[in-house]
Amino acid sequence: MATSSPTVAGAAALRRRGRFRPGDATLHGVTLAAAVSAVALLFLIAWKVIDQARPAMHRFGLHFLVTKTWDPGAHQVFGAAAFLFGTAVTSLGALLVAGPLSIAIALFLTELAPRWLRGPVGALVEMLAAVPSVVVGLWGILVLGPFVQGHVEPWLKRTLGFLPLFRGDPSIFGLLPAILVLTIMITPIVSSVSRELFLGVPRDLKEGALALGTTRWEMIRGVVLPYARSGIAAALILGLGRAVGEAIAVTQVIGGSVAIHWSLFQPGDTLASRIASQYQGATTRLQIGSIAYLATILLVFSLVANVAAQAIVRKFARRRPVIR
Amino acid sequence: MSAHRDVLPVNADGLRRRRAVNRLMEAIATLAAFAAVGVLAIMVISVARRGGAAINFSLFTKTPHPFSFTNEPSGLANAFAGTFVIVGFATAIAVPVGVLSAIYLAEFARARVAFAIALALDVLNGVPAIVVGIFVFALIVLHHGQSALAGSFALSILMIPLIARATQEVLALVPQTTREASLGLGVSRWRTTLGVVLPQTVGGIVTGTTLAVARVAGETAPLLFTSSIVGDKLQWSPHQALASIPLKIFEYSESPDPKDHAQAWAAALVLIGFVLVASLTARALAARSRRRMGLHR
Repeated sequence: MATSSPTVAGAAALRRRGRFRPGDATLHGVTLAAAVSAVALLFLIAWKVIDQARPAMHRFGLHFLVTKTWDPGAHQVFGAAAFLFGTAVTSLGALLVAGPLSIAIALFLTELAPRWLRGPVGALVEMLAAVPSVVVGLWGILVLGPFVQGHVEPWLKRTLGFLPLFRGDPSIFGLLPAILVLTIMITPIVSSVSRELFLGVPRDLKEGALALGTTRWEMIRGVVLPYARSGIAAALILGLGRAVGEAIAVTQVIGGSVAIHWSLFQPGDTLASRIASQYQGATTRLQIGSIAYLATILLVFSLVANVAAQAIVRKFARRRPVIR
Repeated sequence: MSAHRDVLPVNADGLRRRRAVNRLMEAIATLAAFAAVGVLAIMVISVARRGGAAINFSLFTKTPHPFSFTNEPSGLANAFAGTFVIVGFATAIAVPVGVLSAIYLAEFARARVAFAIALALDVLNGVPAIVVGIFVFALIVLHHGQSALAGSFALSILMIPLIARATQEVLALVPQTTREASLGLGVSRWRTTLGVVLPQTVGGIVTGTTLAVARVAGETAPLLFTSSIVGDKLQWSPHQALASIPLKIFEYSESPDPKDHAQAWAAALVLIGFVLVASLTARALAARSRRRMGLHR
């Protein structure tokens, strides 16, 4: 990993001789200040967002999490339950599709594809991550939404209509388009992390398995996947964190309704998307507080998810042999 | 472990079945990769087709027309100007902070401190953009109102971890012997770092910055609460809220007017073109400098 810090022998010797160089001290101080301020941002964000949420936290407490009203009118009652539900359904739905898909892509890129194809296809998959979310959302409303309404949802209804997930009238806006948009957005991330993991599987293990007469798939299932298991978990967590935090594209396609229902065809809303859709309308302290409360939930989730994923990734990186 | 039994099946009669399963799985993996590339192609093609039909010169030179039912040419000149200003200031904030942090990480920090700071940067990178927007809203906008600078600050928070980590990685590639040679000649640490080590990493820093700019040029969420209440006039002052391309696409995408949709597609085409070209250039640069670094060793 790149985190190891080089201790320069010459500099250490200089320090022992006790020669003080103001230039060295200055550069050390300035760079330290920059690094500290970057880290301090993280804490400042947490403090400020939670501080802003205080009016809503005082008023609603933890009931906020189970209240499914969002009434900025005269009653001023706010709750996150509907958005928590929408976030869970869309993010987990997207992960359910993107997880296996991404692992398959990563396997293709590391084990299957001819060498000349790996670079270009890998680059193209990563390009997908570079498409701005607002463009994905624009495409989601004007191209994907009508297609989903006209073809995908009627088909799902005909074939899987016995499940409550696929009941109701097909519509342009809803949880299903949100799931699809999120799938598109997290697939490149999960697959590029997984690809790095698979590249780190020691070659002798793989060749050993093949030498024992396994097929390529058996080698993957018996060696590559078990070896990368914890790393894959981290990749999925990173993908989930990204899906949960995505605001714009989801706002554009989900329909923004405060409701809890099992039909994927109906509009809903997520935490991030609700915050985004409030940008013009928040007037009272309580409403701003409630928006910040939603942001606090998002922040806590993203911190936990990222720390967990990074911890796993770093542990994995240390175990990985230096020579590929 | 049952895995061992699966890996080494004794039943030789199953060979045909095993090969069939293998082929099936290979086909699925291949299909998955081409599905992802296909989705990218579909998206880029639909943006190119619709945007290409709507794009014209006045998109860059005219500002939005207040009455959408007239047929006078209108454009998004104000949004292009705003995005330029906002992203420019964001870069001006993020590059020094990011590069200096990386120098600290790679040249000064002890292993444990470097580990902690790198972790914090990665976690900062994972904070949702919309939360960053709320943060800047609470920190600045509530007291001083919206401004392009507030938007720049929000975007710079997204850029700092990207630039810092990219710089740190190229700093780690500079051979230790280079530093030792310079220090051995009696050159001080700071001149070694700034005069010998850093110049070798310029390519990497440019790459990292380009990728960061490409990422935030399309960011909408941090600008919603910091630079969204804007007029239709062409303005450049960073002290007031400025229009931006992503936000205009966002607004127009929710409009019922097909003319707005056309403008949104045209703007999306410009944005996606910029982002893809920037990322591709950065990748090419990175590949080249990595090759060159490899020769150094």
